[in-house]
Amino acid sequence: MLVSEREQLRENIEQWVAQYGSDRSALIPVLQEVQRKYHHISEYVMQVVADTLNIHPVEVYGVVSFYSFIGLRPKGRFIIRLCRTISCAMQGNNRIARQLENDLGIHFGETTPDGNFTLEWANCLGMCDRGPAMLVNDRIFTQVTPESVHEILDECRKAFGAHTFQGEETCPL
Amino acid sequence: MIMPTETNQLTFSKVPINEGMKSALQKDRGEIIAMVSQSGLKGRGGAGFPTGIKWNLAAAAQDDQKFVVCNADEGEPGTYKDRVILTDYANLVFEGMTIGGYAIGARKGILYLRAEYTYLRSFLEDLLERRRRTGFLGQNVMGKRGFDFDIEIRMGAGAYVCGEETALIESLEGQRGEPRNRPPFPVNTGFMGHPTIVNNVETFAWVTCILVKGADWFRKIGTEKSTGLKLFSVSGDCSFSGVFEFPMGITVAELLERVGGIGAKAVQVGGASGHCVPASEFDRTIAFEDVPTGGSIIVFGPDRDMLAVAKNFMEFFIDESCGQCTPCREGNERLLEGILMLEQGRCSMRYLRELCALGETMQAASKCGLGQSSPNAFLSIVAHFKDEILGRAPVAD
Ligand SMILES: Cc1cc2nc3c(=O)[nH]c(=O)nc-3n(C[C@H](O)[C@H](O)[C@H](O)COP(=O)(O)O)c2cc1C
Ligand code: SF4
Ligand code: FES
Repeated sequence: MLVSEREQLRENIEQWVAQYGSDRSALIPVLQEVQRKYHHISEYVMQVVADTLNIHPVEVYGVVSFYSFIGLRPKGRFIIRLCRTISCAMQGNNRIARQLENDLGIHFGETTPDGNFTLEWANCLGMCDRGPAMLVNDRIFTQVTPESVHEILDECRKAFGAHTFQGEETCPL
Repeated sequence: MIMPTETNQLTFSKVPINEGMKSALQKDRGEIIAMVSQSGLKGRGGAGFPTGIKWNLAAAAQDDQKFVVCNADEGEPGTYKDRVILTDYANLVFEGMTIGGYAIGARKGILYLRAEYTYLRSFLEDLLERRRRTGFLGQNVMGKRGFDFDIEIRMGAGAYVCGEETALIESLEGQRGEPRNRPPFPVNTGFMGHPTIVNNVETFAWVTCILVKGADWFRKIGTEKSTGLKLFSVSGDCSFSGVFEFPMGITVAELLERVGGIGAKAVQVGGASGHCVPASEFDRTIAFEDVPTGGSIIVFGPDRDMLAVAKNFMEFFIDESCGQCTPCREGNERLLEGILMLEQGRCSMRYLRELCALGETMQAASKCGLGQSSPNAFLSIVAHFKDEILGRAPVAD
């Protein structure tokens, strides 16, 4: 990472800490902001966050590794989370899973080489009467069909194309 | 065909906004808590603790800072009524939280919203902003001198166990969401060590209704030990899925009739951590004294494979266990192994009995509700569907 990028990152973090307060309870909101903008929490980020909140980096690591929506590994711009819980399973989520893998060319837990898509499982998304359900970043899709998988992915690609290199925080979904 | 039900049939749709608060602010704190106690309202998040008792304990605690926390972590498989309430009737929830703040002497409320519901956040922030502008939040709420109250939204980060109230508080404090030993209870030692009431989304909304319609109205509905109405999130093999409102104490059979689940062979009441009720027991009632629920109803039709159901639930618990205590961390793994053996037709009756004994140990020895209830589904499926799960022909993966 370039020095200037690091400085930018540090500045952002300091700004978020100022916004959420500098005590420990600000930790998760700050990490959520970093995750939203940079798609993962790097070691460098953990160090800076720890310094700014005056806690040990191991404490930050403990939190990052606990929550499934905050993570160490770099993820794609679009994180697709398909519900694997029972009501969606009864409504054919396995076919959606297969079609997602086919259309993206990756397995669950992987990210496409272009860094656009990460495919993951999620537990019940609270749309059980309208499964199969999946989240694409913050947006919910319900009654997904094998055919509509392609349209949803295409919509993401188009949305992203329009914003290429404009700063990831404008991620439209 | 699945037909969603209309949520405009619910009681919540007929309660005028801010009436509950108006009525509450004319009473003194003790009167409000007495009213909530009198209604018999028990927590709608699943555990069914009497709301009046909880509020009374927090009100009696001496501290200059107290907190009201609304648990919108809704992660129990098959539950989505809190999402529907927050989408259609969020004002009733915010009112209920404000009434709670007034009753226990808190100035701050926190809505803990699960990360999966991030798409609701800006809508809810807007509603809160409107309530501030119109004097229903902020300083001297509704002109009541000396009553200041505001609500902040905090996002979860994808962990089912954070719905457990002490884990939720850990998470709010910036820690791993690992449940604490109880006691001490949050009503004494909650957020940042201060007295805190944690209640479910639906519980707060019912408090508002009770303030409008009266404690007797609520108390007369339902059973003696489980009063009032309850929202149910229905999914699975039935003609009408969606959110339904029924009185507590409804039998499983009556419920099935209403949702078009005729012919079901079993119903999962209370989600993955609830109980699997077989057709032979459909006359049982859904109530805290019989089959309790936080509102999840999953209907299994005649062709469903109950072992696949048990497997799906067990995978859920392995994924979501915080790993803090051994019975839960190890026990769930052993039960899943057992399910895989059953799937391959390689489990002896003797080993199955051992697994059931392990399940009972987990119920008794786990630290929090997750591990205490994770064996429930497995145990009830083994108890009622032995014929279906034993001696199977092996399946190819
Ligand atoms: C593993 C686990 C998950 C829970 N998840 C939720 C939840 O998502 N929402 C909820 O209201 N209560 C949940 N609870 C129950 C809470 O601990 C607590 O009892 C509840 O929020 C109290 O509110 P109530 O009395 O209004 O129901 C959960 C409990 C456990 C053990
Ligand atoms: S029972 Fe499970 S979830 Fe609860 S504290 Fe123990 S390991 Fe964690
Ligand atoms: S089971 Fe998939 S959304 Fe609930």
